[in-house]
Amino acid sequence: MSESISPDVTVDSRGAACPGPLMDLIGKIKQADAGTVFELQTNDSSSSHDVPEWVEKAGHELLDVVEHGDGEYWSIFVETRE
Amino acid sequence: MTRIVIVGGGTGGTVLANRLADKLAPDLKRGDVEVTLVNDGPDQVYKPTFLYVPFGEATVEEARHPIVDLVDRTVDFRVDRVTSIDTDAKRLSLQRDGALEYDYLVLATGANLAPDEVPGLVEGGHHFYGAAGAEKLRDALAEFEAGHLVLSVIGVPHMCPAAPVEFVMMADQWLRERGRREDVDITYTYPIQRIHGLEPVAEWAQPLFDERGIEAETFFNPESVDPDERVIETMEGTELDYDLLVAIPPHSGSPLVEEAGLGDGGWVAVDNRTLEAEHADDVYAIGDVADVATSKAGSVAHYQAGAVADRLASQARGQVPTAEYDGKTMCFVESGTDEAAFIEFSYERQPEPRDPNQFVHWGKLAYNEAYWLTARGLL
Ligand SMILES: Cc1cc2nc3c(=O)[nH]c(=O)nc-3n(C[C@H](O)[C@H](O)[C@H](O)COP(=O)(O)OP(=O)(O)OC[C@H]3O[C@@H](n4cnc5c(N)ncnc54)[C@H](O)[C@@H]3O)c2cc1C
Repeated sequence: MSESISPDVTVDSRGAACPGPLMDLIGKIKQADAGTVFELQTNDSSSSHDVPEWVEKAGHELLDVVEHGDGEYWSIFVETRE
Repeated sequence: MTRIVIVGGGTGGTVLANRLADKLAPDLKRGDVEVTLVNDGPDQVYKPTFLYVPFGEATVEEARHPIVDLVDRTVDFRVDRVTSIDTDAKRLSLQRDGALEYDYLVLATGANLAPDEVPGLVEGGHHFYGAAGAEKLRDALAEFEAGHLVLSVIGVPHMCPAAPVEFVMMADQWLRERGRREDVDITYTYPIQRIHGLEPVAEWAQPLFDERGIEAETFFNPESVDPDERVIETMEGTELDYDLLVAIPPHSGSPLVEEAGLGDGGWVAVDNRTLEAEHADDVYAIGDVADVATSKAGSVAHYQAGAVADRLASQARGQVPTAEYDGKTMCFVESGTDEAAFIEFSYERQPEPRDPNQFVHWGKLAYNEAYWLTARGLL
């Protein structure tokens, strides 16, 4: 599915430990309009779970979570809602 | 001659200047090396003191010390403000006194508070992250008899990840001692799904919060504050009423960094271990302004200063630098007004907080007292 998602904004948080990736995404989403598609890249395995949890809580839409390599890093695709 | 310029005379810049004075003493004496430290004021401000100001246990005057008394005399200390950095020409512009050229530059400009990023926060909230804020909060707390005290961690990353947890636990005990705790509800909010970024610290603090009746709201990212209605609204769509709001405001790095193309948000993009800037040659960053995968803490600035001093000493002598920073971070965490715990961790090692005790509390106070000796390089 992710093959077909082309994000408007890519946030590369590889190298940052939790909660860095989630905070990076939150900071960017704060300034974005509804309907913006984000790709958050993280190699922190706990962020790959925590970020989707926040996305749901904040009422945005989780489009996909794609693992690259063998846990090398994850791409988390999110579309913002009002 | 090798010219080393350090910008920022806080914890990181001062420790670095003194370490260089020590390591390069003969070279400085021969005039082969010159170390210049530039700070935008004559005093260093030791921010950990501010945690105690709201509770009347310290004054903001105690947090200040003249930098000339702290740095070695072989260091050329200048009171001036750096207004721009040209990393191609290796030159800094100064507000008062022209320009300064360098062979090696170290940025140690710390972090700034950016409360205006959240509408209503400046009018509606208090903080203890600066001298004026801490004093204002002391007065507000003194008059606060009953109601809802909310401590909201808005800025991540922020200086001293322990301070918000410490503040609520100290407030809890301080109010108990004054017989007011029953009339005050305390809520602590945090942006992610647990009460602290470091999982072991969250697991350590949660039962202490439960024991003391400190409520926690997680996944809580304030978007705006209504100072008239006294309500916080979050990105997650929740609202929280408060009577006294203490916020850890959003932080930003240095505008110099952004303008010089050294990193986003004013934080210098550096190698986690060598602390060398990624976007320029012969530039290092230490302390809060460096974007590394650990906390913004004085201990981090201190250890980083040690590693960069070793690297610069090697470079000044024409050797290949090998010293690295391993992510070492050390914090004392107050868990009330008379007990504290101690944590230590690094890039590879998670912290293991133990039960708080009085001995560590006295250790923290003693460290704060002796801090000026460590900055001088005597401890
Ligand atoms: C309430 C509170 C409690 C804390 N408690 C602890 C604790 O218990 N333990 C701990 O380890 N850490 C603690 N910290 C964090 C600690 O204070 C900082 O991490 C530390 O000061 C960082 O040092 P630094 O050298 O990077 O920056 P700073 O100490 O902030 O120094 C930066 C210096 O650079 C100067 N400067 C900035 N821009 C320019 C310019 N353009 N030109 C010239 N000069 C400039 C500034 O004026 C300042 O003097 C606490 C912080 C706060 C706010």
